[in-house]
Amino acid sequence: MNKNIIIAGVGGQGILTIAAVIDLAAMNNGLHVKQAEVHGMSQRGGAVESHLRISDAEIFSDLIPRGKADLILAIEPMESLRYLPFLSKDGVIVTATEAFKNIANYPEEDSIRAEIEKSARHVFVDAEALARSVGNPKSFNVVMLGAAAPYIGIGAEQLEKAIAQLFAAKGEEIVEMNLLAFRKGLAN
Amino acid sequence: MTNKKLLLGAEAIALAAIDAGISGVYAYPGTPSTEITEYIQRSKIAKQNGVRSKWSSNEKTAYEAALGMSYAGKRSLVCMKHVGLNVAADAFMNSAITGVNGGLVVVVADDPSMHSSQNEQDTRAYGRFAYLPVIEPSNQQETYDAVRYAFDLSELVKLPVLLRITTRLSHSRAAVLQQVAKAQNALNPSTEKKNWILLPSNARVNYAGLLGKQQQLTDISEASPLNKVVEGSGPKAVIAFGIAYNYVMEVKQAEKLDIPVLKISQYPLPEKKLKAFVEKYDDVLIAEEGYPIYEELLKGFFGNAKFRGRLDGALPRMGELSPDALAKALGVPMPELKAIPAVVANRPPMLCQGCGHGDLFVAMNRVFESYPAKHVFSDIGCYTLGALPPYDAISTCVDMGASITMAKGASDAGLHPAVAVIGDSTFTHSGITGLIDAVNDGTSVTIIISDNATVAMTGGQESSGDGNLYDICKGVGVDEAHIRVIEPLKKNMEKNMAVLKEEFEYRGVSVVIAQRECVQVMLKNKKQRNKTAAAKAAV
Ligand SMILES: Cc1ncc(C[n+]2csc(CCOP(=O)(O)OP(=O)(O)O)c2C)c(N)n1
Ligand code: SF4
Repeated sequence: MNKNIIIAGVGGQGILTIAAVIDLAAMNNGLHVKQAEVHGMSQRGGAVESHLRISDAEIFSDLIPRGKADLILAIEPMESLRYLPFLSKDGVIVTATEAFKNIANYPEEDSIRAEIEKSARHVFVDAEALARSVGNPKSFNVVMLGAAAPYIGIGAEQLEKAIAQLFAAKGEEIVEMNLLAFRKGLAN
Repeated sequence: MTNKKLLLGAEAIALAAIDAGISGVYAYPGTPSTEITEYIQRSKIAKQNGVRSKWSSNEKTAYEAALGMSYAGKRSLVCMKHVGLNVAADAFMNSAITGVNGGLVVVVADDPSMHSSQNEQDTRAYGRFAYLPVIEPSNQQETYDAVRYAFDLSELVKLPVLLRITTRLSHSRAAVLQQVAKAQNALNPSTEKKNWILLPSNARVNYAGLLGKQQQLTDISEASPLNKVVEGSGPKAVIAFGIAYNYVMEVKQAEKLDIPVLKISQYPLPEKKLKAFVEKYDDVLIAEEGYPIYEELLKGFFGNAKFRGRLDGALPRMGELSPDALAKALGVPMPELKAIPAVVANRPPMLCQGCGHGDLFVAMNRVFESYPAKHVFSDIGCYTLGALPPYDAISTCVDMGASITMAKGASDAGLHPAVAVIGDSTFTHSGITGLIDAVNDGTSVTIIISDNATVAMTGGQESSGDGNLYDICKGVGVDEAHIRVIEPLKKNMEKNMAVLKEEFEYRGVSVVIAQRECVQVMLKNKKQRNKTAAAKAAV
């Protein structure tokens, strides 16, 4: 078992919550984990990514080698394309469809969609709509995690357990809401 | 007690230092070192044990306080980013001559590829410069263990020990196994006056002592578990320093290569181990995360061709290493890669919506419209993003505090108006001394302190001069008629422009303090208040 995942988004979108759930589930399953994150300058609304690696063997590099990512999990469609050189030949892109336009020269959304379609196997997720349907737009991330769950190499029930653990301190209600969001994404 | 935790490299350092029995951590924030001190500030155990952890005003004050704690017999940790060691360099170099009493570990976090920095200087050069032992761990567990080892080493050889990490290690998580915690040292101030009073007569003796310890340090490196050989069959071999080891091993594992690897994570170099290794092979790749310091040394002035690395282009001359760079250097063919489509636009960092720096820049730019040219000396912080469109507001950003002094020099040369823009934390870090120079010289400068009441760039730490900036400026002798306080809001635009214009025109030292809370800190405080309110309501 060996999975390389790039989680991509824009500074402030909270990609680290997704990483934290996968980390925890992997640790619970006795797997090795390495997860490189971006702190500092780029967090101010710039492009950010996390390299997440899980394996049953020792992991050396904190960075995923190019051409070896199994999954790009993107919270923003243009960001899913920025890391394409990392994606393996038959890797998958799971991306939210909602564009985050904080730059003046944001490209045509259709052209982004077309590039994603021709670049790799892909799953589009209307994460915002799904998050709203569970009553909390902030659960956007967890919806995306649910949608990507089949490609992570860890069972959905294990990821749910990790969500429950991670959000436990915030109370029953928040846990339930996030589990609901996860399942919405999974059923996408 | 064994306990596995998923920690950033920075957090592994913090936890290890607490477990090694430190009595204090001293630091000024700076990416990628900030999370070390933040972890200690949040730690319940550290609080219980009375570990002091408040931020210092700059790296020099931090370093000297840590040295003072060591003088008093207790263990201390001091942390900074690479350029911070330039600020603390005087204290650092001289602490090699004094030596230590309680263990002192100096953590410096380098930023190769300059993700959040002005340069990619390699702290290992400072280690050699000061003749101090340097430890450069490769992964999170080794980092935890190395910090404990470094404190023991420091107390054994009575020297500060430098621990060098880089961005990737600091900001990457992996599982870390904790060891049993040690108690703190008792108060036991040094009575060895000759060690600490660096009059030339004492300093010469101490320096000879430092040189005399070098053989012992080399012997310790020779036996160190941090320096080890991973067997393989020749004729090609790799010497991997610090985190470069991970990338070599990644390629070795993935490609099932049988290359021998010598891993170096402790300096001075283990001479015997190194010679024995190098003699066996005809082709030795030297992989260093940073400057080719040891490649230059091993290759020598006349260029021994058996060594390859950053100098001959086998590895890139600058920037951080990667598994891909190592794969290429080891002759592994790259798989065909997908390209980034041309539609993908850059998404650079930018000021937040509602940031006061932005409204200040707009006002300042408009005032400059009435001058033939705009030169604004700026500094380091979120406001450096004023360099980018739509603001294009600043002309310089060099090193912390340089805005005020460069504006002074340019004013001395005849530039008018000579305007500096500096953040509140940068001002107390190293702007005040420059302001004193300007006051003493009666220089015609306008210094704008963009005061958001926090160290925003590094995540919103508390700022040393919070609430006192006006009094500081007054105290160093700025005429109160020319200390102006404005609130950079859109609705105050005309008023603020008038103030700026008046002070630009004033031929003397003027300070404009532009006060508006950072949006991110405001949100964080609001969350905190809601939490506290909710907790109260639940009781
Ligand atoms: C010598 C040195 N220490 C630390 C840093 C990292 N650093 C860059 S800017 C900054 C502080 C900025 O705070 P402030 O001046 O208040 O501006 P703000 O980011 O709040 O706008 C720090 C700590 C650095 N670049 N150089
Ligand atoms: S973090 Fe604060 S100071 Fe920095 S850009 Fe955002 S609002 Fe401005």
